[in-house]
Amino acid sequence: MELSGGDILIESLKEEDVEFIFGYPGGAVLHIYDALYSQNSVKHILVRHEQGATHAADGYARATGKPGVVLVTSGPGATNAVTGIATAFMDSIPMVIITGQVQSRFIGSDAFQEVDCVGITRPCVKHNFLVDSLENMASTIRKAFYVATTGRPGPVVVDIPKDFTTPGVTTRFDYPKEVKMRSYNPATSGHPGQIRKAVDLILSARRPMIYSGGGSVLGNAASSLTKFAKLLNYPVTQTLMGLGAFPGTDEQNVGMLGMHGTYEANMAMHECDVLIAIGARFDDRVTGEIDRFCPHAKIVHIDVDPASISKNVVVDVPIVGDVSKVLDVMNSMIEETDKRANPTDLNEWWSQIKRWASTDCLAYEASDSVIKPQYVVEELWKATKGDAYITSDVGQHQMWAAQYYPFDKPRRWINSGGLGTMGFGLPSALGVQLAFPDEIVACITGEASIQMCIQELSTCMQYGLPVKIINLNNRYMGMVRQWQEFSYEKRYSHSYMDALPDFVKLTESYGHVGMQIDKPGDVTGALEEAFAMKDRLVFMDFITDQSENVYPMIEAGKGHHEMRLHPAQGRELA
Amino acid sequence: MRHVISVLLENESGALSRVAGLFSARGYNIESLTVAPTNDPTLSRLTVVTSGTERVVEQIIKQLNKLVDVVRLTDLTETQYIEREIMLIKVRAVEGLREELKRLSDIFKSRIIDVTDSSYIIEMTGDATKLNAFMHAVGEEQIIEVVRSGATGIARGEKSLKVG
Repeated sequence: MELSGGDILIESLKEEDVEFIFGYPGGAVLHIYDALYSQNSVKHILVRHEQGATHAADGYARATGKPGVVLVTSGPGATNAVTGIATAFMDSIPMVIITGQVQSRFIGSDAFQEVDCVGITRPCVKHNFLVDSLENMASTIRKAFYVATTGRPGPVVVDIPKDFTTPGVTTRFDYPKEVKMRSYNPATSGHPGQIRKAVDLILSARRPMIYSGGGSVLGNAASSLTKFAKLLNYPVTQTLMGLGAFPGTDEQNVGMLGMHGTYEANMAMHECDVLIAIGARFDDRVTGEIDRFCPHAKIVHIDVDPASISKNVVVDVPIVGDVSKVLDVMNSMIEETDKRANPTDLNEWWSQIKRWASTDCLAYEASDSVIKPQYVVEELWKATKGDAYITSDVGQHQMWAAQYYPFDKPRRWINSGGLGTMGFGLPSALGVQLAFPDEIVACITGEASIQMCIQELSTCMQYGLPVKIINLNNRYMGMVRQWQEFSYEKRYSHSYMDALPDFVKLTESYGHVGMQIDKPGDVTGALEEAFAMKDRLVFMDFITDQSENVYPMIEAGKGHHEMRLHPAQGRELA
Repeated sequence: MRHVISVLLENESGALSRVAGLFSARGYNIESLTVAPTNDPTLSRLTVVTSGTERVVEQIIKQLNKLVDVVRLTDLTETQYIEREIMLIKVRAVEGLREELKRLSDIFKSRIIDVTDSSYIIEMTGDATKLNAFMHAVGEEQIIEVVRSGATGIARGEKSLKVG
């Protein structure tokens, strides 16, 4: 079959079973858009800003496990996409981003809308390609999908000069069935000797702790992880990125760890003697002060990326491999032996954890005059029976969502953990809603974050996406304000959100439903009313307590055992 | 500690910038970096001299391995290896100095490859220590210009860095 470059791209996307492509047209991709026009298999979703396209594809990828696909033009199209590419890179999300490029003969001439896209994106992609000929188009696309989705996943950029997509200029189209790259061989199963060594250590633990991260979600290891934890009856803590791989409402779950993790999770990290890190990367928001991290623990670390091992924390038993495969091998080994952790030790460990948990570190002061943001999230959990897809932006609301909305399933909690990208929530929600049109998708956001990609309300209208927006509006960049309160003697430098739009009118102007809720007594009713509107996007503007802070908290330079608790708890356990 | 890392790289545009970019993005030291094609036209051989604690060097090796364009690599400093660098050095050579520089050049087994009435260009190969020693012997005030290739290296014996 002889095809033009534009058609080859579309046919390749079909071969990869691409359902949606999130994009925005422009000069360098006009030929590709023309090829899109005459087919119906790949559905194009027209966003309102290229950043929105990348976040939408990212949300789709996180929720489905399939790669998200983006199509943008050269120059500003590509640079606008960079924030979303970096967001996906930091959280290891599989994406393929097609960027248009000026004609190959103009590259390097400062042509109109030319940027060195491969150069600009290099530090924030897993890999990138500049297509060098029409003949290599199909094989490059094949490689891009292969690299993006295997090993530790990540975004891959394919930059296509306009002249390789010219209609009428054709070449033979043969989509490669196999892809072999001598320089790229991601690890799969872990080393059996290391796994055996790890199991021996795990079974000899007196105060064990399972620390699971985003890799358990990305590696589809939820059921293997749950089985592992259940076989052993060990406590589980999950990172912000890992929430839902192990059920949040299970009694073995001790909550999130790290900067805004629970007191019991962090204390257990500090006191444990064997730490089992699964698909986690010892991020600084998780470890606190690295010199004080898990001082008593031998550490097992399972990760698909060898470079994650001993990067921040030196570990005792590293296992490089696919987390679900490694856990399955471990589970069989554990099932084959009667050896278990000493029950007396384990019981004593659980009692200690329960004593820590009795601090009730997520308690907050209820109010019947002003809406507490935590209360809204709790009510949202009830209204959605804990079974919604929740996206978030970045800041206090993100932490409250993670703390007060326990996730029982993986891929339900969609947030920008690594890069911390404000503006992520709404476009990622639209990507999730496209993937799951019949499910509840809610975006927990704040009045600062939502304004960074608010234009995507228009996209939601065009495609009839009934996302529910939970805007926790405290008229501040809350997390900035909180740090200024704690560390800058309440000098609230430029963190107050002045001149806010009327969100209800704004939403209505896009054709959606807007609601403002300012009384605690109205919260539940408003949520019920909104979720009853199954086919409408509803923007719920909750006017919340301005002074509320996220507790508990590990401040900079502190260890897990030095958490700052809510002042109402009357004591600081240092 | 100083490490000499030898890398087989896909001979593709942009591959070198991935390596260089990795070092700058992650704050690793580069003492020198050389790259050139090999007998296999699809491959480049790159030698990077870096320094850092064992942990840092372990990360450098892992991060290099993670680059999709890196086919294979080895830390030569872990093995018996030979290191060579070429230096072209232009020195002031006037009156009595001319004889002395000639003698010095012979002692270091280097060659004078260009002569004017006031300067020599001397070509020498060796490891970094030898080149440094020569520059020291000549003296800073006599040196007009120095060009060094950066180190290249190869393992001794049968051992080799190759695909597959």
